[in-house]
Amino acid sequence: MARTITFQQAISEALSQEMARDPSVIVMGEDNVGGMGADGEKDAWGGVLGVTKGLYPKFGDRVMDTPISESAFIGAAIGAATAGMRPVAELMFIDFMGVCFDQIFNQAAKFRYMFGGKAQTPVVIRTMVGAGFRAAAQHSQMLYSIFTHIPGLKVVIPATPYDAKGLMIQSIRDNDPVIFCEHKMLYTIQGEVPEEIYTIPFGEANVARDGKHVTIVTLGRMVHVALEAAANLAKNNIQCEVIDLRTTSPMDQDTVLESVEKTGRLVVVDEANPRCNIATDVSAIVAQNAFGALKAPIEMVTAPHTPVPFSPDLEDLYIPTAAKIETAVLKATGYKG
Amino acid sequence: MSSILKLTMPKWGLSMTEGTLVRWLVEEGAHVEPGMEVCDVETEKIANAIECNVSGTLRRKAAQEGDVVSVSGLLGVVADATVSDAEIEAYIKDFQATFVPPSAEDEGGGPIPEKIEIAGRAIRFLKRGEGGVPVVLIHGFGGDLNTWLFNHEALSGKREVYAFDLPGHGESSKRIDRGDVGEFADVVGAFMDAIGIPKAHLVGHSLGGAIAASVAASQPKRVASLTLVASAGLGEKINAEYIEGFVSAKTRNELKPHLRQLFADADLVTRQLIDDVLKYKRLDGVEQALLQIAGAAFSGGKQALVLRDKLGALPVPLLVVWGSEDRIIEAAQARGLPANARVEVMAGRGHMVQMEAAAEVNRLLEEFLG
Repeated sequence: MARTITFQQAISEALSQEMARDPSVIVMGEDNVGGMGADGEKDAWGGVLGVTKGLYPKFGDRVMDTPISESAFIGAAIGAATAGMRPVAELMFIDFMGVCFDQIFNQAAKFRYMFGGKAQTPVVIRTMVGAGFRAAAQHSQMLYSIFTHIPGLKVVIPATPYDAKGLMIQSIRDNDPVIFCEHKMLYTIQGEVPEEIYTIPFGEANVARDGKHVTIVTLGRMVHVALEAAANLAKNNIQCEVIDLRTTSPMDQDTVLESVEKTGRLVVVDEANPRCNIATDVSAIVAQNAFGALKAPIEMVTAPHTPVPFSPDLEDLYIPTAAKIETAVLKATGYKG
Repeated sequence: MSSILKLTMPKWGLSMTEGTLVRWLVEEGAHVEPGMEVCDVETEKIANAIECNVSGTLRRKAAQEGDVVSVSGLLGVVADATVSDAEIEAYIKDFQATFVPPSAEDEGGGPIPEKIEIAGRAIRFLKRGEGGVPVVLIHGFGGDLNTWLFNHEALSGKREVYAFDLPGHGESSKRIDRGDVGEFADVVGAFMDAIGIPKAHLVGHSLGGAIAASVAASQPKRVASLTLVASAGLGEKINAEYIEGFVSAKTRNELKPHLRQLFADADLVTRQLIDDVLKYKRLDGVEQALLQIAGAAFSGGKQALVLRDKLGALPVPLLVVWGSEDRIIEAAQARGLPANARVEVMAGRGHMVQMEAAAEVNRLLEEFLG
């Protein structure tokens, strides 16, 4: 268990191990094969940030390059899934998903339901999410809530290398379409990952830190920011419980409610824009089901209702920080009714 | 200054770097002796009491309740009355000024588990100590070599001590052929062959006890002594609900009540401990392996193999250790054993008696192994 690898390596290893185990797993996307054979290149580029590097030399034609036409290749992946393959399609940035909403919302998400349970669509759409990469408004959004809204889709947002591998293998084996959101600022973080193959079930949150005063519910990159805030607050003897949702559809409501019943205070941290996001969703669930346990109003720490700015200073201002989370926690603990 | 002795933070397991002092169990000025529990310490993975390894008066608590102390860091100072307070203060000041917590590089220098191939299966093992008649530690159903976290190093002062993961467990291969005690007894023999151990002291916990007893019954010449800790194989009865619950639990909340049954003090089950077991259970092949073992070794909610009648004829020294509050295999099964068995029942301890009463069990074993 002691082996430490990056988030990016964890995803790559998950793909490689499942491709080796199951011949129906295929990988497709832009520049997954490209670069192979070019000057000085012994391997393909492996996608825009190299996550699928190493797969083409090993698995050949099961790794496919696609044109820059998301509606075409996401449609192709969904079609292949209904025909018995287990495709993992890489749609570079979640921001581009808009051009294939029909394939995802109306086709992939609906097949099992509309064909009376007789059809299944085991497709995984890998996509990069989140701000902080200086990539401007069209390459930095946190759009997981849009997919969480659609029945028939599963939505996964790993925060650690261990979770990235286990959730990716679970995603590939799941018989429903999965939107797998990879935060581009997490690719280089390191963590302990077993060499063996394992799966993490969907709908099981991870309690990343135990605490009794305030519950912080979050996901993705914000788990690390929340843990930083919790460590700072612990110096003043404010103990935060940090819950990483890991998947937003299905969502582990029990772990959240149990924690709030213990602490009586909730801060939800979400890197998405503030309206109709995971923070509002979790807040509504808690307000409805654990109202009696709340000792203070629910606090939400989110990005503002603006596009992600291109100016680095403004982008840094846009992303929730540990300081903002600490302020929200102090507001919750200091509430006098 | 030589009569000043220190109490320090122990290192429980490879990944431990620091621990939190939860509470002191003795006051300053109290007399302490080896084996006496002096404070409770909690790590990310586990909580346990620290036992004193020196004798004298606890003169000063260098760490306070709630303090996080590095491995090998100073907890307290023990000395007799002839040492002045000023000398004690100077000792603490000097220690704190020169103390360097073991770095990540030092961690790499400690013993790390290895893997060997036995009959097509990778077996993970950890060796500590050198020479003497080796000890082989055999964990139980669903366990791994960390079952012996608090015993392995303590026993390795005079001899080499091996702990390994049975097939289907820990980081060993998950392939199981039959899943009965006999298959695992063969693995123990093959493990000893592979390492080059002609004869060993066998120490088995729970299902590992039945495995050890089975090896002793079939190959007594290879067994120097037999220690059975909360052992299977001494009666038909076992907590079938635990076995079933442990195998089927998929989430933290499902697993927690079952793990709490393993300890008399259920609060010893930390979130990290549950997470570690969950991480094991999520590995491909584990569920199938556990089902197969449960089906073969505990079919119909009963232990399939009972070796009680064979123990009397065993030509090897026999030690049986149990916790009186064992909720998996009742301590009543330690009663009525043949006269050659030395039986020790630890009051107020549970199934994981080798963890809950680590120092007592270690002392007992040290004395028994000779």
